[in-house]
Amino acid sequence: MNDTVASLHFKFEVNGGDFAKAGDASSRVKKILQQIGADQAIIRRVAIACYEAEMNVVIHARHGFVVLDADLEKIIIVVDDEGPGIEDIELAMTPGYSTAPDSVREMGFGAGMGLPNMKSCSNEMEIHSRRDVGTTIRMVFENA
Amino acid sequence: MLLANIAQNLNLNPINEPSADVEVTSGYASDLLSDVLAKAKNGAIWATNQKHINIIGVAVMLNLAGVIIAGGIEPDENTVAKAREENIPLYITETSLFDVAGKLYELGLRST
Ligand SMILES: Nc1ncnc2c1ncn2[C@@H]1O[C@H](COP(=O)(O)OP(=O)(O)O)[C@@H](O)[C@H]1O
Ligand SMILES: [Mg+2]
Repeated sequence: MNDTVASLHFKFEVNGGDFAKAGDASSRVKKILQQIGADQAIIRRVAIACYEAEMNVVIHARHGFVVLDADLEKIIIVVDDEGPGIEDIELAMTPGYSTAPDSVREMGFGAGMGLPNMKSCSNEMEIHSRRDVGTTIRMVFENA
Repeated sequence: MLLANIAQNLNLNPINEPSADVEVTSGYASDLLSDVLAKAKNGAIWATNQKHINIIGVAVMLNLAGVIIAGGIEPDENTVAKAREENIPLYITETSLFDVAGKLYELGLRST
């Protein structure tokens, strides 16, 4: 291989409450990873984690972005939103914990498994959040 | 097992069937989307009582072989449109979710 490292960068918008478009950003991310020939196992992990993070913006926040960075060694997904923020991150990470309203639970969301899924799919996950400002989640996925 | 065999065996009503010549490698039944995302295998057929557009998004993320809406529930209009756009096989049936899962199991499919 030559010494130029192929890298790519994409940014997609996500709107809070827009269930009809929810998942489109993650779907774009997945298609890009398929086009660059990323391996199936890492695509699955990124797709699941990215979808959960995108859904959290749709369900819990007002507006946000999904940012994809990828090079030969790793894939980084950052999901950044303007919204209520997460007051107690440790509590939010507890499997089954959810503040989702009933209308969203009826759709099969709000099982409180999103953050735990994201954690188990990624190699590293960092959450930064400020109350009434927003939340930024950064996930790193390493090629096996 | 081919999707065509499953559709025929369970007498499923195709809403979108770009091709039934698709290999189905496992099955899953759940109404919780995070549960499906975490546990359903790529290539699974997924039976559910959910009918909204996001079930197609989940199927796309996991490369599912298809989605069955059980219990005589009609999909939302935009669910059907999205299934067509994304080429996701979508079926409906009057059979209950319990019986659909049982029949898939009887055909030899497992969730793992
Ligand atoms: N982007 C976000 N903005 C604000 N709160 C969030 C966000 N993501 C997660 N949370 C909080 O963390 C909880 C747990 O999230 P998650 O595990 O994805 O479960 P769910 O989305 O099913 O409620 C949510 O119910 C919500 O209170
Ligand atoms: Mg969630």
